Amino acid sequence: MTSDYKKPIPVPQFESDHYWQKAKEKELWLRKCNACSKVYFYPRDISPCCFSRDTTWVQASGKATLFTYGIVQRAPHPGFVPDVPFVTAMVELEEGPIMATNIVMDDPTPEKLQVGMALEVVFEDITDTIALPKFKPA
Amino acid sequence: MADLRRTVAIVGVAESDEIGRVEKSNLQLHAEAAYNALEDAGLTMKDVNGLMTAGTSTINLGEYLGVQPMFTDTTAVGGSSFIIHIAHAMAAINAGYCDTILVTHGEAGRSARSRPGANASDPGPQYEIPYGFIGAPINYAMAARRYMHIYGDDYTRQGMAEVAVATRKWANLNPKAYMQGQEMSFDDYHDSRWISWPFHLFDCCLVTDAGGAYVVTTAERARNLPKKPVYVLGAGEGHDHGILSQMPDLTRTWARNSGPAAMKMAGVTHNDIDLAMIYDSFTYTVLATLESLGFCGPGEAPDFVKDQRTAPGGNFAMNTSGGGLSYTHSGMYGMFLVLEAVRQLRGETGERQIDNPKLSLVHGTGGSLSSTGTVILGVD
Repeated sequence: MTSDYKKPIPVPQFESDHYWQKAKEKELWLRKCNACSKVYFYPRDISPCCFSRDTTWVQASGKATLFTYGIVQRAPHPGFVPDVPFVTAMVELEEGPIMATNIVMDDPTPEKLQVGMALEVVFEDITDTIALPKFKPA
Repeated sequence: MADLRRTVAIVGVAESDEIGRVEKSNLQLHAEAAYNALEDAGLTMKDVNGLMTAGTSTINLGEYLGVQPMFTDTTAVGGSSFIIHIAHAMAAINAGYCDTILVTHGEAGRSARSRPGANASDPGPQYEIPYGFIGAPINYAMAARRYMHIYGDDYTRQGMAEVAVATRKWANLNPKAYMQGQEMSFDDYHDSRWISWPFHLFDCCLVTDAGGAYVVTTAERARNLPKKPVYVLGAGEGHDHGILSQMPDLTRTWARNSGPAAMKMAGVTHNDIDLAMIYDSFTYTVLATLESLGFCGPGEAPDFVKDQRTAPGGNFAMNTSGGGLSYTHSGMYGMFLVLEAVRQLRGETGERQIDNPKLSLVHGTGGSLSSTGTVILGVD
């Protein structure tokens, strides 16, 4: 955690405070629709599957598989210049939903990144209150 | 839906005075294009009673242009917006709000001195942007990677290369194209630097400064104006997600619905289309769109475009302006698809003119493959 963190920092909203508070405790929590039992991402109080208000929070296992990725060679923002090349990815969580993230890896290449490979969550502290859930090969 | 075929026509089209690198503000680019499009239509600003744009509010635009419209629409769903505006103009004119609508675009994509910030309460700034999901090349590259995983890396790569090379050939026939005079071989494509793997530089659209505008009016009025009316025959639109990670299927866009809707309304089939103007933000966008529109089946687009089928002299005329890849792409490119379709249907495109086209499908994609708009345009 450093005060010279130069990348965009998420601003938690009322409906996502719990997600970000738990992430700071190194836990990944998701929203679940009790009407149909679907776990969905990102957190919304009213489910997008059933438009139900009967929703709850569940803790994710942190296990996921790689759904797709890109290897960024040209930084899209000054804060990412020291990171290139870095991996942007969509991962499929064990509970079902897909989320955007980074794969934490030195010198990424297509050979090291196989769609379907097993991953596990790690948390990167970026400020005193925010940690970003990221993934690494399991 | 009511049968609105041929009730309205596009009667004027234009770019801003110059496009490429022109160092003017967004609104100046809007204004130049507006003036030029009205001149092309044989109309003046006094004739305009409807105003539409995306990317800025029509209240700013109307004030800048000196227009006080009776119909206003700022539908902004990314680069497809200017295709969707055609349908909204058709609906508004038929509903009696107004009779002559000016639709403008202006974006100093290359030279802008400030850029709009993200709204912190939107999903992107919380769940994607902190990971570097910033800008279209990074987002679309991940969709392309998924397609490659399903259909094969080399097979997909060849399809992407075919699109890049064919589109550059068209640009070399367009005096306004940014890449005019710069040929591209397959080796040039494969050797171009990586932007976000699997995208090379030449998989990605240009970043230019450009304005564009068109004028829509009633079919009756159109027949009394100097240029050949280009009638609106069909339209479809919609979206199925906002941020990329919420996209239901990274290989299928909403074109699967907007395309059939537009063709059904127009009463035409794929074989009737003389010119396909397909939003080419990236080479991959074209492959996914051709499949989603039903020009070929899932996974078949690389075969569909092979052997330079979409290049000048090929049997599937596509993106004859040189596209977003090689003509111009200021940020929301959809406007420029319309300009080229209208000019081809009027027979005004000189060296790149295709043989007597009667029907053009014009298709825009916006956001992170989020929204689409399809229209069918035709001439007598």
